Amino acid sequence: MKLSVLQQSYMNRRGNSFRSSGPLDSSSDASIKSPSSIVWLLFHGLCCLISLVLGFRFSRLVFFFLFSTSHTTNLYNFPFRTASELAQSLTVYSNPITNFNSPLGSNATTTGGSNSRVVVGRHGIRIRPWPHPNPVEVMRAHHIIERVQKEQRLQLGVKNPRTVIVITPTYVRTFQALHLTGVMHSLMLAPYDLVWIVVEAGGATNETASLIAKSGLRTIHVGFRQRMPNLWEGRHHLEVQMRLQALRIVRDKKLDGIVMFADDSNTHSMELFDEIQNVKWVGALSVGILAHSSDTDESSVSLLEKDEDEDDENPSMPVQGPACNSSNQLVGWHTFNSIPYVGNSATYIGDRGVVLPRKLEWAGFVLNSRLLWKDDDGGPEWVNDLDTLAHNEEAVESPLFLLKDFSVVEPLGSCGRQILLWWLRVEARADSKFPPGWIIDPPLEVTVPSKRTPWPDVPPELPSSEREVTGVQEHIVKHSSKTRTSRSNRSRSKRKYHDTKILDTQLPVMDSEQS
Amino acid sequence: MRTGGWVFAVLIVFGFVWRIGADRNVRTERISGSAGDVLEDDPVGRLKVYVYELPSKYNKKLLQKDPRCLTHMFAAEIFMHRFLLSSPVRTLKPEEADWFYTPIYITCDLTPTGLPLPFKSPRMMRSAIQLISSNWPYWNRTEGADHFFVVPHDFGACFHYQEEKAIDRGILPLLQRATLVQTFGQRNHVCLNEGSITIPPYAPPQKMQTHLIPQDTPRSIFVYFRGLFYDVNNDPEGGYYARGARAAVWENFKDNPLFDISTDHPTTYYEDMQRAIFCLCPLGWAPWSPRLVEAVVFGCIPVIIADDIVLPFADAIPWEEIGVFVAEEDVPDLDTILTSIPPDVVLRKQRLLANPSMKWAMMFPQPAQPGDAFHQILNGLARKLPHDKNIYLKPGERILNWTAGPVGDLKPW
Repeated sequence: MKLSVLQQSYMNRRGNSFRSSGPLDSSSDASIKSPSSIVWLLFHGLCCLISLVLGFRFSRLVFFFLFSTSHTTNLYNFPFRTASELAQSLTVYSNPITNFNSPLGSNATTTGGSNSRVVVGRHGIRIRPWPHPNPVEVMRAHHIIERVQKEQRLQLGVKNPRTVIVITPTYVRTFQALHLTGVMHSLMLAPYDLVWIVVEAGGATNETASLIAKSGLRTIHVGFRQRMPNLWEGRHHLEVQMRLQALRIVRDKKLDGIVMFADDSNTHSMELFDEIQNVKWVGALSVGILAHSSDTDESSVSLLEKDEDEDDENPSMPVQGPACNSSNQLVGWHTFNSIPYVGNSATYIGDRGVVLPRKLEWAGFVLNSRLLWKDDDGGPEWVNDLDTLAHNEEAVESPLFLLKDFSVVEPLGSCGRQILLWWLRVEARADSKFPPGWIIDPPLEVTVPSKRTPWPDVPPELPSSEREVTGVQEHIVKHSSKTRTSRSNRSRSKRKYHDTKILDTQLPVMDSEQS
Repeated sequence: MRTGGWVFAVLIVFGFVWRIGADRNVRTERISGSAGDVLEDDPVGRLKVYVYELPSKYNKKLLQKDPRCLTHMFAAEIFMHRFLLSSPVRTLKPEEADWFYTPIYITCDLTPTGLPLPFKSPRMMRSAIQLISSNWPYWNRTEGADHFFVVPHDFGACFHYQEEKAIDRGILPLLQRATLVQTFGQRNHVCLNEGSITIPPYAPPQKMQTHLIPQDTPRSIFVYFRGLFYDVNNDPEGGYYARGARAAVWENFKDNPLFDISTDHPTTYYEDMQRAIFCLCPLGWAPWSPRLVEAVVFGCIPVIIADDIVLPFADAIPWEEIGVFVAEEDVPDLDTILTSIPPDVVLRKQRLLANPSMKWAMMFPQPAQPGDAFHQILNGLARKLPHDKNIYLKPGERILNWTAGPVGDLKPW
């Protein structure tokens, strides 16, 4: 009897806080002042006082001991929780008893039907002993995610994706590893079949070969007999020749797919690879030109052929690419306005000025490789043959030389509105040195010059090798001293790059900076 | 050469057939439940429903007093009425009707915060039944066995939001013989009669349509859930709310990066569901939840954590093949369970979910579409036909006890 009354009042209290409205009409009528209710109120007050003294609500304990039921639930841990202030009692619930389980009141309220395992009432909160992620399961989850995404791509992405043939001209220089790694990683991420044609000026070297071998992609590495000149003009011309060489390879090997030109210092987005799958014959993309200069407001776009007034284009981002009219047809080209930079442009590689792009960069075009095949093999009529015009250097400024009629070019990336790749030219000076293959071998022994001439005849065990000021990051492997006869000072040049050759001489070398 | 020709012909036919199926962008699979391939049945012509004319104090006046009844999760009763009024299954001749519908908006008494109060519902229902039994002979003919009522509240026709109270009351005695169309479903529970039709809770279809994102957005969230884990107002110590299951989910997986669970109310809730592979649908105070509807509409595999739950249209939709069922006692191992599902099974579940008839079956669109939840309700009613001969009572025979139930229910409304 007491149980149900206690329960009912508890439910009423809960009901009060659950529904915030006034006229709560439970099945029993509103309580009227009666002796039983006053007694009940007193008893309740007494219980509250006891709870205050004890520090926790003991009603659960009482019921547990009085009416232990058979419906115990397994649990490992009962969480420590502090209750919010209830309307009538201020109790801070601290559970001194762990593994405390009691589904309260399940006696009176089992659900109907004898087969039900589901009971109403308080249940324990099950927490396993080590509630942290298991790495094996995490890996399995990632496999599931990958598989789901692959399926999504299969169903909703491009049907019949074509192989992407990437043409990259490169040559060995300080920044080659930086640039080539960037392109390589972008290509490794692209979810399409890839053929990477790397044309290297100055002949194919092992350094480049080892770099691109890390990609795991199918690569064709060819050398080009000429060395890369030091002037930007010459470099551009040579790059064109190198790309044409690569196109000849595509033609001769009958490679089938979409040809794109990825210069090694450019940056490509992943959406680029999805977008170029849409090309039929020749596609043009918008390229963001990052000619790094301090003033960006002068670089505006200009149109070669105007059909419409398009001067309200955003002038602050220099872009090269197709220009469309409102019905999304190609009407002209946006090019980079190089007039503001005329006096400031760089002439040789590593120069301090701004490196300017050509009128239309090759990187902004993609071709269907069948264009390059011989005529009788399926190329369309309006294509010039590769070799007929290749000798004339002036005409070959962009892949458009292949076309007799420029209007067949398809603008990609929602008609040039999306910029999917960026053009950038950052190079060190031609005479800058760097460790071949970026492996320090033999390891550096650098001493930071101190005020006084240090230690020409000091034995090798002295800890004189310190980190250089210029910040070589890799761990210096100490070779045993028997490999060298004497310790020699390194000569540090004043410039930002230093000589890594060991001066294997007995003579102490005086550093010019030392006093 | 001959075999080459045959192979070629077979390939042509195969390619042709494949092309037709490949018109749909996303691969789907047909859904067929225990009652067969009934999800796309057309109920028109298979049954006739007569709609009683009740005075507007039972329906329209309630709605006028509080138009919020149209948007909360119990709005199915109102939309069912509107659908039936203009549906071809409706008949104006009650003699030829197979089923009788009473348009009473029983959950339209809302608190200021929008929660329905069920305290007057038993009296309202009694008074409505008294009305129809005295004005028409069809109730007394069968004592309601060929009548159906839409009772979408928490525990159906038990008319209370607290489970213990609801169990104490049981189903309203007058509705014992009628067919109840309700959202609540739990096996071996007092408040679920045999032969009831379980429906999904109402979720506004317009709102869900406006939050669709492109289908090729890759699904990168493994498990997603937004909602309460502890109901601090009503169950401060924990263990009561959701039978401790939601709290167990939180305590076990709150620092697991695969589980994107929190109590936030983000504005991108629907968009996030479309980027998730599994969506948790644990029980709350009642076992059903609108999350199931949202998960199905957005293609996220529902993970149902509610023991013995009966899901909507359980005979037409094979839920075991579509969702993942986790027993409440297995919640601490939820990550093991979910990660050990083979990827093929995951893909198959996604294909089943992508079936548009599945999505329609969970929604109450206005105007009604073929295959939507209204039609599934009618299909369910049609599957119960023809009525058994023994539901028709002999004249003078009485089975129901009109004075049963708590005293307060007997007061007129």
